[in-house]
Amino acid sequence: MSEHITLPEGSIEKHTNTLNLGPTHPATHGVFQNILEMDGERIRKAESTVGYIHRAFEKIAERRPLYQITPLTDRLNYCSSPLNNMGWHLTCEKLLGIQIPKRVQYLRVIIMELARIADHLICNSIIGVDAGAYTGFLYVMQFRELIYEIWEEVCGSRLTTNIGRIGGFERNFTNTAFEKLEKFLHPKTGYPAQLAEFERLFTRNRIFMDRTIGCGAISAERALNYGFTGPNLRAAGVDYDVRVHEPYSGYQDFDFSVPVGKTGDCYDRYLVRNEEMWQSLKILNQAYEKVKEFKGAEAEVFHADSPAYYLPPKKDVYTKMEALIYHFKIIMGETEMPVGEVYNAIEAANGELGFYLISDGGRTPYRLHFRRPCFIYYQAYPELIKGSMLSDAIITMSSLNLIAGELDA
Amino acid sequence: MALTKERIKEKLTEKFGEQLTDWQEPYGLLTCTAPKDFNLKVLQFLFDDDELQFRFLSDLQAVHYPDNAGAELAVVYHLHNLVDNIRLRLKVFTSVLQPDVYSATALYQSANFMERETYDFYGVNFVGHPNLKRILNVDEMDYFPMRKEFPLEDQTRIDKDDDMFGR
Repeated sequence: MSEHITLPEGSIEKHTNTLNLGPTHPATHGVFQNILEMDGERIRKAESTVGYIHRAFEKIAERRPLYQITPLTDRLNYCSSPLNNMGWHLTCEKLLGIQIPKRVQYLRVIIMELARIADHLICNSIIGVDAGAYTGFLYVMQFRELIYEIWEEVCGSRLTTNIGRIGGFERNFTNTAFEKLEKFLHPKTGYPAQLAEFERLFTRNRIFMDRTIGCGAISAERALNYGFTGPNLRAAGVDYDVRVHEPYSGYQDFDFSVPVGKTGDCYDRYLVRNEEMWQSLKILNQAYEKVKEFKGAEAEVFHADSPAYYLPPKKDVYTKMEALIYHFKIIMGETEMPVGEVYNAIEAANGELGFYLISDGGRTPYRLHFRRPCFIYYQAYPELIKGSMLSDAIITMSSLNLIAGELDA
Repeated sequence: MALTKERIKEKLTEKFGEQLTDWQEPYGLLTCTAPKDFNLKVLQFLFDDDELQFRFLSDLQAVHYPDNAGAELAVVYHLHNLVDNIRLRLKVFTSVLQPDVYSATALYQSANFMERETYDFYGVNFVGHPNLKRILNVDEMDYFPMRKEFPLEDQTRIDKDDDMFGR
């Protein structure tokens, strides 16, 4: 348009409109409400409301023995439940002082990195969907299915996994589980090939770049002040990764790098998540090699020796007195915990997932607080979308990977 | 030279003297308690000091100790120095009758939602918070549900007739 049109004073275009985005808008992938003050297509001001699916996990946890809290953690970030489960087990083990055998740690790393891939692939392909490119989503979705099959083989369930126990796993990985892992990791027919294909579709795609570059950007300083963690913080250029800073579950034995972005916009968040998937694949390969090195009796180790907290095998419960006692005490929640307070953080798919557990020596936690990364960085959302178009706000939200379950606890 | 726990303790004691009490290290995390009027001063010092640099607020929540008369509510800050990679836990106790604590939102934007959550569940009144209202619970709620005087419903109760949920 060559001619600039000036509107008369008091014209309707000069007013702002209030737009209610959510709580159940199909483009927001969850229950979020944002009241936007719109000037035409531009957002002047946004106000977020959260809490639509609050389920009082922290209160419920104050009545439950430790092992019954694991299913609650499933429902925080339900795109990567095993990460939450493992974070919770690690917190309990820290409180109880349980030493975990190396093989169990590596098996856990396999489960955790699979969960990270499952989470990132959803997030990145959803950015595509919100930008109008559905194909990539379907490309990677079938590989999430393969990940779910591995979990199903290990623990019996797919989405809300309740995987593992305090001290290890409920049973050893079967050969089928390892075969499925091999199928997933196969460089030609497995996920690496598909991820490369996915990147060819998106990374240098002109339309995708135009939509995401400069959209929802945040500086490193602001991101830190807003409490960003995980890929969103790394996209802004801060190399903080709990796996490196405070290694847990044997992460210090693996060789991987921490990708960082520069501008903190949607495109950088996309790139960081993609690169993290490659790094996760690298860790998975190493972990699988390490697990294969255990031979004979060592290859049968799948839990720590902590009879007071780890359920004995059913066969022993029927034949051994001691196993029967522990079985009863664990199931009835009659095991007392040591007094203490623990803050344990793991690198979940969205950032630092912290568990603050206070025990007064009873059978249930005195206080349990979840540090949910989503909840903390979501407060930057109004600032991120201020002045941008409505369609950019949608992409910004999906690239932040907001999960309503994690947000509302 | 990397920052050590001894050095943090030394610097804080030098600045605030006897005000900071109850130094502990449960599970390797340095913990101390500040008087409630001092919380913002301590946080500011930790944030501004070139050596301490606690510029990342990891977590903020409250704990209710009903038996601790006069200091029933504890507000717990988990701070993180990302340069030297060291954590610090700071506690502030306040009475449940007048639960006023200075807000940390001026220092950390991230404290905004976390303080609202703490207010929502424990009723801690953060003085200076720009928008202190309920966040996860409904606005009409007139009690603070995470306090210990509200026990969870007894799962074995039989007086409730609720055919819909099979109880």
